Amino acid sequence: MKILKKKANVVIIGGGISGLSIAYNLAKLGMEDVIVVEKRYLGSGSTGKCGTGIRQQFTTKEHIVLMKESVKLWEKLSEELGHDIGYKQTGYLWLIRNEEELSMFKENVKIQNEYGVPSRIISVEEALEIVPQLNPDVFIAAAFCHKDGKASPFKTINAYYEAGKKLGVEYYTYTEVKGIIVENEKIKRVITSRGNIETKKVVNAAGAGARKVGEMVGIKIPVENIRHHIMVTEPFQEFIKPMVIRGKLYFTQTDRGGIIGGIDMPETPSQPLKSRLDFLEVFARNLVKVMPILKNVNILRQWAGYYVTTKDNHPILGESEKIEGFYLATGYSGHGFMMGPVIGKLIAELIVYGKSSIPIDALKLERFERGELIYERAVIG
Amino acid sequence: MKIVCRCEDITYEDVVEAIRKGYTDMESLKRKLNFGMGPCRGRICIPLIMRILAKELGKKIEEIEYPSERPPLTPLPIGIFAAGEDFEEEG
Repeated sequence: MKILKKKANVVIIGGGISGLSIAYNLAKLGMEDVIVVEKRYLGSGSTGKCGTGIRQQFTTKEHIVLMKESVKLWEKLSEELGHDIGYKQTGYLWLIRNEEELSMFKENVKIQNEYGVPSRIISVEEALEIVPQLNPDVFIAAAFCHKDGKASPFKTINAYYEAGKKLGVEYYTYTEVKGIIVENEKIKRVITSRGNIETKKVVNAAGAGARKVGEMVGIKIPVENIRHHIMVTEPFQEFIKPMVIRGKLYFTQTDRGGIIGGIDMPETPSQPLKSRLDFLEVFARNLVKVMPILKNVNILRQWAGYYVTTKDNHPILGESEKIEGFYLATGYSGHGFMMGPVIGKLIAELIVYGKSSIPIDALKLERFERGELIYERAVIG
Repeated sequence: MKIVCRCEDITYEDVVEAIRKGYTDMESLKRKLNFGMGPCRGRICIPLIMRILAKELGKKIEEIEYPSERPPLTPLPIGIFAAGEDFEEEG
């Protein structure tokens, strides 16, 4: 095992897409001595368990602006990181079930278009041109954005890791953060299972562990870990290009060809990451209704992962107002993978320049104390 | 060239190369190369790759941790799970 460094400029807690993207972007901006500390292996939390989707079809200015920039970065990410990350701009196809949903989606599309996201309402016939095997009886129209898409979480994690390593980022896996020492409201040192690291800056990108990391510095981070279920089938040549959504059901094909998908199940916070058989039943019934041809496809695996959710379904970003040098990048409420590239860029800018190129003040932790919440309606799966 | 994973066409050389790049535990190696995720569900590749990893790291096979297992134990058609009655739409 590598010997732990005794000192760093920035210690990032969490080796998911957020932590890795922040580390990579810090190194890119010339920051030296950046360390990522990960309890298990890189991508072992929510990133490696996610549904692969990348979309801009959100309902708030904050999410739309962030995701529009993130998609710009995704478009060039394979080239930038020097590895194919399996990114495809094959769209999100949102099946609309009734008139009530239709009027809501019309409003959403209007907001999205205002901020330059080219989503639009399309007819059942147009949707069938995109995915011919859909059951035309279960929707009356669809919302489609061809600039939305998907990527491989594993390939993306590994690409950030290898690109960051080239720029000098150090990664300590199977290393657990046990405590953070704060003096005079300033970060002093990180205590890990493999030794201490002196530092003035810590990034809490710990995903499902973010709350615990907050407690280490006496800050309450109001997130709940909600278990979500997902499955993948045997691989096929690509025939489901976009992410298809209907109600709380979503599915698409991965870069390896498997059909990946899930559906919302009622869950209480902090359930262990065990799979539920009833998920497969609910999912299968809904899926077969939307795309009957899939009934003969074999399920290979199911698993569960956490949505680290906030009350307003928006992430918690930026430096704490109470502790100097304590940065937060968590609480994505199910959207952490797709936001990874933009979060990395903005948090790195904030650390290096004291300011991010897109303002993220509205997403600070303190919004909860101030009661300045932002509500996102479009959360799926 | 020696094939160690028939579902994903992974060779002995691929495994060694990935280990040398820093993927030195079964979980991250699996996610780098995608073995154990095909229709065989790891029955053939995982024991083989655990041996290669042990050899490369100079460890005993007992020291290599088995990667996580996920249900169902064998591939099953979606239709089986969709077959129940009293279907009420979710969401």
